[in-house]
Amino acid sequence: MKSLSEIETTAKRASRAAGYSWGIAEEVGKSVRLSELFGFPGIKHLNQYYQNKKKEKFNDIKLIDKINKSNGLSFCPIILGVHFIDQVKNIETLTKCSIEKLAYPLLLLPFLSRSSEIIGKKLLFSFDESKFLLNFNVSISSNFWNKKNLMLAKKVEISFLNNEDNFSDQDWKNLYKLAEGTFVDETDSLKEGAAGAGLTDND
Amino acid sequence: MNVELRDPNTIMKLSRLGSFHQSRLSFLRSFLSEFKDWQYNRDLFDLDQKGYGTAVYSFKKKDRTYSLICYANKINDDERSDRVIATKWDAAFTLHDGVPLKEDIERLRNEVPKQEVGRLSYKELTLSRANKSVRVFDHVVESLSNGNQPNLGLLEKVGYLYRTTAVYGSGKFGLADRFRIKNREEINGPFRLEMMLVYLVRQFTFDQVNHVAKNRNPSLAVKLDPKICRNLGIGNSTGLGMAPFIVNHPTLLNNWILSREIALKKIREIKIVETKDRDLFKNCVKNSIKNITSWNTESEYQLKKIKLLLKDVRKFINFMENEFNFQKDYPFNEIYLWLEKETCEECIEYIVSIMMEPFGEIIQPLVGQMSSEEEKYFNIPTERNVEDLKEILENKYSDILKINFNKEESNQKFWFISKNKEEPRLANRFEENGADLEQPLAIARDVKKLYEKLLPVENNLKINQFLVDNSDLRHVIRRAFIIENFPYSEIQDNTIGENLVPIDMLRLKLSFFGALKFDPRSDKWLRICMFQGAPLPNELKDYDEQWVYKNSS
Repeated sequence: MKSLSEIETTAKRASRAAGYSWGIAEEVGKSVRLSELFGFPGIKHLNQYYQNKKKEKFNDIKLIDKINKSNGLSFCPIILGVHFIDQVKNIETLTKCSIEKLAYPLLLLPFLSRSSEIIGKKLLFSFDESKFLLNFNVSISSNFWNKKNLMLAKKVEISFLNNEDNFSDQDWKNLYKLAEGTFVDETDSLKEGAAGAGLTDND
Repeated sequence: MNVELRDPNTIMKLSRLGSFHQSRLSFLRSFLSEFKDWQYNRDLFDLDQKGYGTAVYSFKKKDRTYSLICYANKINDDERSDRVIATKWDAAFTLHDGVPLKEDIERLRNEVPKQEVGRLSYKELTLSRANKSVRVFDHVVESLSNGNQPNLGLLEKVGYLYRTTAVYGSGKFGLADRFRIKNREEINGPFRLEMMLVYLVRQFTFDQVNHVAKNRNPSLAVKLDPKICRNLGIGNSTGLGMAPFIVNHPTLLNNWILSREIALKKIREIKIVETKDRDLFKNCVKNSIKNITSWNTESEYQLKKIKLLLKDVRKFINFMENEFNFQKDYPFNEIYLWLEKETCEECIEYIVSIMMEPFGEIIQPLVGQMSSEEEKYFNIPTERNVEDLKEILENKYSDILKINFNKEESNQKFWFISKNKEEPRLANRFEENGADLEQPLAIARDVKKLYEKLLPVENNLKINQFLVDNSDLRHVIRRAFIIENFPYSEIQDNTIGENLVPIDMLRLKLSFFGALKFDPRSDKWLRICMFQGAPLPNELKDYDEQWVYKNSS
């Protein structure tokens, strides 16, 4: 088994050899490492993308907007990912953005995961039938499992989720009530002596 | 009294970093301190009469065990090379996490001796190999087998029976990634498991030499005297492979240097020094003269430095004994100011290291701060603006911004990775091919380029906008925002200039390892000795912390 350190170093060097700057290559190394750590095929897709890149041209996005239309070419997931991290605090204000024609969409995943941590919000990334919930760079929930033919997503959407509970008030109340079963009813004597502090704090 | 931390623009110059010496902060010393109450065992020693076979050594405490597995193999003299391009070694080692099963030992027998082309698993933590100093090893075997102890003069000159040529860890060749073990308290310090490997290898070399001598002449052979063992270490040949590390790990470098600087500051701020601490310091300085006079090298560069060091240390001893009054307030501050004025860089840093000896209570908490969670500082704060970045560059790289990179001599060298061995190398860009594949280690040049690019840019432009069209400078923008909070994270010198002495970079790292007796063999590689004078494993329970200055050779 390859270690994450080997994965990061090789992805970084390969990215530099594929024509990216060292700074971007460093970002790719970190991201592919993360992708493999979360169990997604980062190395496989990076390799396929770099093989294709020798034959095909891709569109390098600059400023990310609410709707990002293709000029005919597919967007490069690396440049999109790096700029997404750089611009995430601006993009967040859009609450949602879409990208038309994204090459190797799974390569964008770790960049979005890191962005989720930077802004402290969960992100929902979706294309075709696949959905990914990015949880502050701690975990990724997904209905994706080893699907093939992921060279291109015709349209991807990225939504910034508000920090809200994903359970109802009633669920919370019921569970809280159950938790109260660990508390002791205080008698007058316990009220006076068990807290340690006085009953008034007017000193 | 408040003493300021020393200026990074002075301390982070290569000539100063290349004058650093081991200290109580060094990793091999903090390793001994951490593992002194662990249970040491030789679990397996299955060598044939000539000393070839397998051995296992371990350190154990509660439910944690670390085991060194040694494979000693026969190689021909013409196969023995210290260069990293070698493919066979006298012995190969791995540190296994836990107690190895028979299957582990057999699995690793096929992989460990192959080193870089073998595959390790997450159950292995470090990997190394070593070659005999044939001259010394054969002499010791010969002497012991005849019932005599070896010639101390020869042993003193070399200092070890074996020398390693690489020690790998942190995920190399399939070894366990750092994240798997980073929360273990006993390894909360850089390179601790690499130090453990080297330390146990040292014991293996003694056991092997005794075993071979005994088998050569069972009736007459004697064991190598433990006093002699103690004064032998493990040699190490180190080339350029180490140099990029200190550039590629800026926050880690900062934490090493910052710990040293905080230690010095706190020691200079001690108002009244107790007699026992004063005496300990003075004794260490005086005893250390032996370490200097027994420092062997043929390198003219190093010989000059040693000569100057010896002269200045003697001058300091004379000052300390005849002119200086330790009763005055803040004596170590006075000493430091005197050193800055009267002695060379090598001597200043030498005495700074010895100043730490009496003050374990200052040093110990700093040892725990010498690692770094590097991932935390990776993201660039892209919401900041160009004005912020310009200010950082002007404040933190002021000397670097003065370098004229239009001159050929400022640009002469380039760092690259050799295709043959995947190791860092250095070449002249005007004479050799390959500069187009240069590694990102020319930080000074790229910082200057960034600064020049920023000058005409509007101050309020956000970094994320600047990065859109300047991705070629992304790596140094990241570093600039790191140095803002980590003042000792950057070498304040040109790492591609014609005057670069790469071994300065190696020496910096090796001094933090705890190496002694740097012996440059060229400007690009050197030999050192580790653990020379250190307690043996069965002496760890109650050893003298100042063993470095008690070398009896």
